[in-house]
Amino acid sequence: MLDAILSPIVSAMPQVPPAFVFMMAAALMAFVPQGVGRSLILLSAPILSALQIYGYGTVSPLGGNHMPMEFMGLTLELMRVDKLAIIFGYIFSLAAFLASIYAWHVKDTPQQFATLLYAGSAIGAVFAGDLVTLFVYWEGTAIASVFLIWARRTEGAYHTGQRYLIVQIASGVILLAGCVLMYRDTGSIAFDKMTLGSLGTWLIFLAFGIKCAFPLLHNWLQDSYPAATITGTVILSSFTTKLAVYALARGFPGTEILIYIGATMTLFPIFFAVIENDLRRVLAYSLNNQLGFMVVGIGIGTELSLNGTAAHAFCHILYKSLLFMSVGAVMFRTGTAKGSELGGLYKTMPYTMLFCVIGAASISAFPLFSGFISKSLIVTASAENHNWLVWGILVFASAGVFHHSGIKIPYFAFFAHDNFAHNGGKNRPKEAPFHMLLAMGITATLCILIGVFPEPLYALLPYSVDYVPYTTAHVITQLQLLMFSALAFGVLMRTGIYPPELKSTNLDTDWFYRKFLVSLIKWIRKRVKLIFFMGSLLVTIILQKSIKRLYSWYGPEGHVARVWPTGSMVIWIAILLAATLIVSFLKV
Amino acid sequence: MLIAETSFFANFVAETIGSNAVAPHLPVLQVAIPLIAAPLCVLFGNRTMAWMIALVTTLISLAISINLLDHVTTFGAISYHIGGWAPPLGIEYIIDPLNALVLLIISMIGVLTVLYGRLSIAQEILPRDQTLFYACLMLCFTGLLGVTATADAFNVFVFLEISSLSTYVLVAQGANRQRRALTAAYDYLIMGTIGATFFVIGIGLLYMATGTLNMADLAERIVPIYDNKTVLAAFAFIIVGIGLKVAIYPLHFWLPNAYTFAPTAVTVFLAATATKVAIYVMLRFMFIIFRPDFVTTSHILEFIILPFAIIAMFAASFVAIFQADVKRMLAYSSIGQIGYMLLGVSFYSEKGLTATLIHLFNHAITKAALFMALGAMVYVVGSSMLNRIQGLGKKMPLTSLLFVLASLSLIGIPSTAGFISKWVLIEAALEKQGHWFWVLIAFLIVASSLLAVIYIWRVVEMLYFKEPMQNVEIKEAPMGLLLPTFALVIACFYFGFDTSLTYDTAEMAAKILLGGAQ
Repeated sequence: MLDAILSPIVSAMPQVPPAFVFMMAAALMAFVPQGVGRSLILLSAPILSALQIYGYGTVSPLGGNHMPMEFMGLTLELMRVDKLAIIFGYIFSLAAFLASIYAWHVKDTPQQFATLLYAGSAIGAVFAGDLVTLFVYWEGTAIASVFLIWARRTEGAYHTGQRYLIVQIASGVILLAGCVLMYRDTGSIAFDKMTLGSLGTWLIFLAFGIKCAFPLLHNWLQDSYPAATITGTVILSSFTTKLAVYALARGFPGTEILIYIGATMTLFPIFFAVIENDLRRVLAYSLNNQLGFMVVGIGIGTELSLNGTAAHAFCHILYKSLLFMSVGAVMFRTGTAKGSELGGLYKTMPYTMLFCVIGAASISAFPLFSGFISKSLIVTASAENHNWLVWGILVFASAGVFHHSGIKIPYFAFFAHDNFAHNGGKNRPKEAPFHMLLAMGITATLCILIGVFPEPLYALLPYSVDYVPYTTAHVITQLQLLMFSALAFGVLMRTGIYPPELKSTNLDTDWFYRKFLVSLIKWIRKRVKLIFFMGSLLVTIILQKSIKRLYSWYGPEGHVARVWPTGSMVIWIAILLAATLIVSFLKV
Repeated sequence: MLIAETSFFANFVAETIGSNAVAPHLPVLQVAIPLIAAPLCVLFGNRTMAWMIALVTTLISLAISINLLDHVTTFGAISYHIGGWAPPLGIEYIIDPLNALVLLIISMIGVLTVLYGRLSIAQEILPRDQTLFYACLMLCFTGLLGVTATADAFNVFVFLEISSLSTYVLVAQGANRQRRALTAAYDYLIMGTIGATFFVIGIGLLYMATGTLNMADLAERIVPIYDNKTVLAAFAFIIVGIGLKVAIYPLHFWLPNAYTFAPTAVTVFLAATATKVAIYVMLRFMFIIFRPDFVTTSHILEFIILPFAIIAMFAASFVAIFQADVKRMLAYSSIGQIGYMLLGVSFYSEKGLTATLIHLFNHAITKAALFMALGAMVYVVGSSMLNRIQGLGKKMPLTSLLFVLASLSLIGIPSTAGFISKWVLIEAALEKQGHWFWVLIAFLIVASSLLAVIYIWRVVEMLYFKEPMQNVEIKEAPMGLLLPTFALVIACFYFGFDTSLTYDTAEMAAKILLGGAQ
């Protein structure tokens, strides 16, 4: 049915790579003054891009390179279209579209350009058939996205942006180095399945890993996402890490080490998320944890698990955007996202609350919500792989997700202690503006629709799906897990063990402070923090020392940079002549 | 009206150049026309006329060099005998892809410098000196073109002196703004003269050993006497002599001051052409006259060129990082970039030389664009110190944007010309397989590019993240300065995509250079 409507539209359009659609939209936007026109361009670019992807998808056979370009003796593949690329292309377009609705009120030129170029680069990277093209778009996402952080225009955001940019550019440079080494080893720059082994492939793997926020390479994520503007965070959360997931799925499916990396990723952010007070940072940690599931899926590398990764990325972008949108809407109205300063908002922001709960249910993988039908693919795949330790970790992590994202976010934002009750509730914020509600509404609807009718999504997946999510066993297992997790939260809240960062929300009392769970969490956190602290302190000291030394040599007064008297200049000539003569005369 | 006249003029030039009577003489006309233009500037004695003459001359030169490049890349080298005297007695000019590319750089930058100079020179130099200034500029232009076109070793020296002497005068013209231009010019004079002396001593030694000055002839006669101590000494003297002009690392001391204190237009012209021509001369002497196998048996590449190239890449970049004067910073960055070009030479491979030549071209347009953009800021705020240009991102958005775009090419961001050069250079390093040392070199290339990010970032931070100075009225720079800059910035990006001109010509030239080895 849909095909019948879309085919004539698509065939009437000229075929352009979807990334170019965004670039052209950005170029066009430069000539349109701030206002509805611009917002419409922002909205239409993702739609056109999705139509283009649809058009490329109907060209048979798939897997072809639709836009070869000669570049210094290398053949670049600007459009390599296959099912894996298509599903990521669609979800990126969709995410850009939803974020643009959500950001309808933003009248900030740098942010508008950054959004278009960022989304465009991400989609371009997805369709890149070779490593050079991938690298160009890879850097494109880095450079475009940093403006979403800088757009907040605070001193802190400026520094955060700089740190973020350094990490992202480093990832790109490492990718380039790996690409060059690859080319030297194999004579090919094709971006296909690779096996870890040579230095080149390891570098590429590392570059992907940085962007995917592997454990110990993850700090940029929690550092930068909560620092961006309200809309910026929604946009940031959709592209960068999922692009890395795509790149890993394309380049390293079935690489065993990814299973353990992914399992670690699902696990460790939970501890941080539980004790974190800034709700946007909680979401950033939980994003990291969700990425872990996808990485495990890639590591297992079976058709089922890769399907799971693609599906989970698709659903994850939606519900994570939804959560960031709802917390963003709260922040838009109240000016803060700190759990200890919110609460009781369900009274005046009921719709936002509803959408937030839907997002929370989805991320927690409640049956009938989108997370359920995608996450279970990965968990089942890990069970089929008979790796019970990993399976156990995933199950535990699922419970943890429910804990910190599913309950904590809505609870502290909309219920919990009412921080707006004083003064007769006069300071209570209004409901979120209409365009935000619209964006959240659409996203929430999609989360539910996908959860109830998973077949259309399954049809998009890279491999054919032979999986039924709604079996009695699945549903009951999941519900048990969720109920016990909820029970744990309830008990912790009741007994007041819930972590002390939220002291100001009257959740706990001092006397229970040293109880086992909390101290364990604190203990882990302290050790990890200490290691990081010592490490960064050491690096800082070394850096400072070496910069001082550099300055004494190369600074304006240092003897390398000083203006020399003419005589000394001439001595150098004599020295070099002597050296050259000696070298020449010594010839064999 | 103006457009009609311009297009008429362009047609006229194109037809004349293409005509049978003129076409065979293009190699000499390339040099002769600017030489005649220099006294013409003085004869008319009017600064507007002098500017017009300079513009027309450089435009004609540009047309000729395009025509020559087109001709030699399709039909092969041209040999021209001055006055009909056959070599080795007469003076011969040879145009091949190698020097046609350099001719194109010189004349292209020449046109843009003159266009840019109309406002910039008028502001920086006393009105009474301007006529003579253009005459000197034309002489310098002649000298550089002559050095490039000639195939006679002694003729190279003559033209080198013509360009150098006029350069000293041009640099000294900065004295109107900063008196230190005089000492800078003096230092340059002393150093340059020593360099030229070494160079001519080297040529004298060669003449002693072989009895000829024609390059092709020299090349033939050197072969049987490779081990002759005179030839070896000649080689060392020539390399060090021309190395001074190149500003090889420890011989670079004249460069920062000369670039910093010279008038903007002169800095643009010198930075983009003078050192590049010197590198070209070095390549021609090394590989055409002395032949590659001579160069490899004397270990100059691995013991002199390579280590100093790498030192330059880092030391100069570190110095650049700590500079407070942006113009000086860019000057040091040039020394570092020369390091890349020499590194390509030291690889002693076709890829390496290709990288050198591509970078020669790409760096010329990049650095010229940067100096022009900076010059536009200097034109408005009167200084190139970091603390004076702060906040200009808001007050002079176009100029600042052009500066940033050109810096992208300097750093070597993909899709810019600078990326292509570095890519080929890294490829050349990795091509020399079988030794970890070359991987290390490739790594060093990347690492030193990161230093460029640092010093450029300092400027960007000043431009965009600091508040503009209060109580100063600052407006966008005039279009007369921005348009030539814009043209070069476009070129920086154009040559990042379309590499057919740069890469193919450079590859052809590299083949010619290594031709003796095969």
